[in-house]
Amino acid sequence: MALTREQMAQRVARELQDGFYVNLGIGIPTLVANYIPDGIDVMLQSENGLLGMGRYPTEDELDSDMINAGKETVTARPGAAIFSSAESFAMIRGGHVDLTVLGAFEVDQQGNIASWMIPGKLIKGMGGAMDLVAGADNIICTMTHASKHGESKLLEKCELPLTGAGCINRVLTDLAYLEIKDGTFILKERAPGVSVEEIIEKTAGKLIVPDHVPEMTFDA
Amino acid sequence: MAGFDKRVASYEEAMEGIESGMTVIAGGFGLCGIPENLIAEIKRRGVNDLTVVSNNCGVDGFGLGILLEDRQISKILASYVGENALFEKQMLNDEIEVVLTPQGTLAEKMRAGGAGIPAFYTATGYGTPIGDGKEVREFNGRHYILEEAITGDFAIVKGWKADRYGNVMYRHTAQNFNPMAATAGKITVVEVEEIVEPGELEPSQIHTPGIYVDRIIQGTFEKRIEKRTVRS
Repeated sequence: MALTREQMAQRVARELQDGFYVNLGIGIPTLVANYIPDGIDVMLQSENGLLGMGRYPTEDELDSDMINAGKETVTARPGAAIFSSAESFAMIRGGHVDLTVLGAFEVDQQGNIASWMIPGKLIKGMGGAMDLVAGADNIICTMTHASKHGESKLLEKCELPLTGAGCINRVLTDLAYLEIKDGTFILKERAPGVSVEEIIEKTAGKLIVPDHVPEMTFDA
Repeated sequence: MAGFDKRVASYEEAMEGIESGMTVIAGGFGLCGIPENLIAEIKRRGVNDLTVVSNNCGVDGFGLGILLEDRQISKILASYVGENALFEKQMLNDEIEVVLTPQGTLAEKMRAGGAGIPAFYTATGYGTPIGDGKEVREFNGRHYILEEAITGDFAIVKGWKADRYGNVMYRHTAQNFNPMAATAGKITVVEVEEIVEPGELEPSQIHTPGIYVDRIIQGTFEKRIEKRTVRS
């Protein structure tokens, strides 16, 4: 079975380490915040200028001056800091964020990512995604492994306009967890009940399959 | 008005001198921390052919979105322009030129513009369509593209508190692009929720020192929320 969105978020959350500063993109990455393991403290960075994003506010706490990068009203947790957009992207571009999680349309075996533009469709903009992928050493891409029509999104070479070049080293899809190294995908884990054969079939880029590919486990 | 007193008495006075064809740099992120009354004054004046530099372009009927209604904006530099049907229509009809700019690069372009730095190298956008046609240089084995700074004829800024001298503090995440915008205008206009006497603001807590600010006005704000998310 392919992973659900929640399972994908759970799997990414296992990569969090105590003391990490983390930027979570929109969509599945946002859900990661719901699965931070017990005993681990992470500080969430929101690129509009908030380090230490807290929960959504109660009605009483609601404040129009307090939003996240998705423009949702949020709170600041104890120990948070608030700053300008230039400061925010200084910490992103300067490589100070420990982990970035973001979605993608396509990634390729060179670590290129396309996530912001589909030619012929309406272009709304890249927001902070290009800065995030350029600045981080440690990025996890969350995406579906293949399109609804079965076409692979893990490619030899991205077809869509890039968000960043050579910057992605880990990908979690609904079928598998993979690393990208030296121009190849390396299969590390597979979703429960998903065969290695299916992953091979749905990976268009070069793929190394170790002898043993463990199956991910999830609490019921 | 004398000496360092930057206060003006009306929004009309606040935007005195703005003309068609000018470049306006605006603070704000989404609808948070936007100079909503200064934008309304630009609409009232009917100037057009404006180049606007702002992370977003408001929504239909609010924020910079209202300047689209009478086609006052001919060009915009922004990182994200969704949430706005009129904008999409004008973009698709080529009625407005859109220069999509990565968010961090946009912030840094404003910062550099205000700081007298004409251009800077960044890895952001290298190898993407954003880097096309831009100078590339390698530093320590990594590729960077040259991005040019931005300055504006006007900068329009939303602050929280200011003193008469134009020292400004922002509130929470309504800070966002405002401090950089404030540095990058030939004429910088700041609207705030409260103007206090010099000495009332703690000097070390000032976000925008008054040297950057030309005009200051106290206003009332709708502060519309774009995505209201609450927990029960």
